[in-house]
Amino acid sequence: MNFWEYLGSRQQQLLADAYQHASAVFQCMVLATVIGVVIGVVTYRSDWAGNLATTATSTVLTVPSLALIGLLVPVVGLGVPPTVIALTLYGLLPIVRNAIVGLRGVDPMLVDAARGIGMSRAMRLVRVELPLAWPPILTGIRVSTQMLMGIAAIAAYASGPGLGNEIFRGLASLGSKNALNQVLAGTLGIIILALLFDAAYVLIGRLTIPRGIRV
Amino acid sequence: MSETAAQETTAHTASTAHGASIELENLTKHYPGGAQPAVDGVSMEIKAGETVVFVGPSGCGKSTTLKMINRLIEPTGGRIRIGGEDVTDIDPVKLRRKVGYAIQSAGLFPHMTVAQNIALVPRMTGWPKARIRARVEELLDLVGLDPGEFRGRYPRRLSGGQQQRVGVARALAADPPVLLMDEPFGAVDPITRDHLQDELIRLQHELHKTIVFVTHDFDEAIKLGDRIAVLRERSHIAQFDTPEAILTNPADDFVSGFVGAGAALKRLNLTRVRDVEMRDYPTVTVDTPLQQIFGHLRSSGESEILLLDRRRRPYKWLRRGDLMRAKGSLARAGTLVHDTVTRDGTLRDALEAVLTDNAGRVAVTGRRGEYLGVVDMETLMNSVHELLEADRLEAMEAQHELEEARAQQTHQEQEGPGGVTKA
Repeated sequence: MNFWEYLGSRQQQLLADAYQHASAVFQCMVLATVIGVVIGVVTYRSDWAGNLATTATSTVLTVPSLALIGLLVPVVGLGVPPTVIALTLYGLLPIVRNAIVGLRGVDPMLVDAARGIGMSRAMRLVRVELPLAWPPILTGIRVSTQMLMGIAAIAAYASGPGLGNEIFRGLASLGSKNALNQVLAGTLGIIILALLFDAAYVLIGRLTIPRGIRV
Repeated sequence: MSETAAQETTAHTASTAHGASIELENLTKHYPGGAQPAVDGVSMEIKAGETVVFVGPSGCGKSTTLKMINRLIEPTGGRIRIGGEDVTDIDPVKLRRKVGYAIQSAGLFPHMTVAQNIALVPRMTGWPKARIRARVEELLDLVGLDPGEFRGRYPRRLSGGQQQRVGVARALAADPPVLLMDEPFGAVDPITRDHLQDELIRLQHELHKTIVFVTHDFDEAIKLGDRIAVLRERSHIAQFDTPEAILTNPADDFVSGFVGAGAALKRLNLTRVRDVEMRDYPTVTVDTPLQQIFGHLRSSGESEILLLDRRRRPYKWLRRGDLMRAKGSLARAGTLVHDTVTRDGTLRDALEAVLTDNAGRVAVTGRRGEYLGVVDMETLMNSVHELLEADRLEAMEAQHELEEARAQQTHQEQEGPGGVTKA
C-alpha cells in the first residue's frame, strides 16, 4: 500500500485525529492566552514581578515535554487532563513575555496623556495599553501555537487526543508495512494544521489590529 | 467684514463654558529622597479667562507645577482651588475630566482615528452619540481642520502641526473651563509653531478659557501670555506680571537675563495687527469689468488698487501702468500678492512682511483669508511710537507707586508698630 492509498483507506480516522488535534491546541491556546495576558497585566508594572513571571514560564519550557506529561499522569491520570495542563503551561511563555514587553513598550507619553484627560486605571488598560500591546501579544500567540502543534503530538503518549496517536502507532510497529505511512501521515497532518492556523492568525491580525498601528 | 467675524465669535462662545479661576496656595512637591523640594511653596492666583505662561530654564519645576494643577503629580503640600472649589482632595479622575490637557507632540492615541481621539472625554462623561458627533465636527472646524477630510484619519497620517491641532481639540472636547498646556508646540518646526500660536490666540479670543501654558521660550511666552510667571529653580516666582511690564521693567537680573536682548523688537510681538489702524485701499474683485476698475482707481487717488479673488482674498496688486498694458484682460497684469498677515498676527510679523515687500505694504486678512485692510511702514511707525510712549508712561507710574509704597513703609518702620498694621 503506498502513502496515497493509505490516506484513502484511513481517511475517517485521520480526519478525526486532525480535528481533535486542532481542537486541543485551540482550546489550550485560548486558556494560555487568557492566563498569559492576565499574568502580563498583573506583573508588567513592577520590575521584579515581570522578570519572575518570565523566568517561571521559561523554566516550564525547559522541562522536556515527554517528562512533563509523564510526571502529570500519576497526578491527574491519563487522557485529556495531562494534555490540557501540559499544553497550556508550554503555551504561556511567549504570551507572557510578549504581553509584558508589549505593555512596557507603550509610550509613557501616551499613558501620561491618557491619565491627563481623565482615564481611570482600568480604562487606560483596556482602551490604550492593551490595544497598543496587542500586536506583540498576537505574535506571542502565533509562536505559542506553532510550538503547541508539535508538543500536542507527544500527548498521545498519555493517551491524549490528536495526530500524535498516528505517529506513536507507527513508531511502535516500525518495520511493519504501514509504519512509515502512519508516521508520515501524522507529521504531515500536523504541519498542514500549523500552516492553516498561521493563516488564520494573519486574518485575525488583519481584523483586530487597528489600522492606525498596522505595520 | 469685522462684524461678520464678531458674529461667528458669538455663535461659538454661546455654546461654551468660560474659564474658571485657579488659585495655588503654597503648593509644594517634595520627592522622597530629594534634599530640596522640586517645587517650593508656589502661590499664585490666575484669573478666569486669563492666559498665564510659566516660563523658566529647564528643570526649574514649571512642568511639575503645571502637572500638580490636574494632580498628575500629587502635591505634598498646599492647596489647589479651581473656580473657588478646593480640588486638592477630590477624585483625580473626576478633576482631570474638567481640566483640558495638551502636551508636547500631542500624545494622540495612534490606534484611534482623529474623531475617536477627540471623542474620548465626551464618551467617558456619557454624552449621547449624536451630540458627540456634532461636537467632533465643531471642534475640528474650530482648530481649522476640515472634518470631512480628517475625521476618519489615523494620527500617523497627520503632520506634526495637524496632530497638535487635534491634541488641542481633544483637550477642549468636553468644554473644560481650564486648559493646561505643557510645551505643546515644543516639537514642531518654527513655521508651524508660529501658525499654531496664532491659532491658539484666535481660539482663546473666541473661547475665553483659563489657560496655563508652560514653555521655555520667552518669545512664545510674550506672544501668548496675558501674564507671564518667570520661574527660577524650585519654581520660585521671579516675576509675575504682564509681558509689557516684564519687558520694560524686569524685576531683577535673572528676569532681564531671561528676557534677553532686543526688548524693543520683542515689544512688537505684543501688539496685534487688529489693534492698530489699517489703511483702506481701493479694492475690486476679479469679476469687476476693466472699465470700472479704471474708474475706481482714478476716483480713489491712489496709484494702486488691490484685486481680490471670488472669495475676497487678496490676489494681485494692480498699478496704473499695469492696467494700461493689460489690453482688455487682467490675466497677466499686475503683481501677485505673495505675503499677507492675519488680523491676529503680531506687529513684528507685519513689519517683517512690510520690509520684504518691494512696495512696503502688506494686505491684512481675516480668519478665512478675506481682505480687511493694508498696513504700511507709516502706519507701523506711528503705532510703535505710540506704544513705546504709553509703555514709558506706565513704567514711570509703576516706579512712582513703588517709591511711594517704600516711603510709606520706611515711615511706618520709623514710627514703630502700633499705628496702622500692614494688610
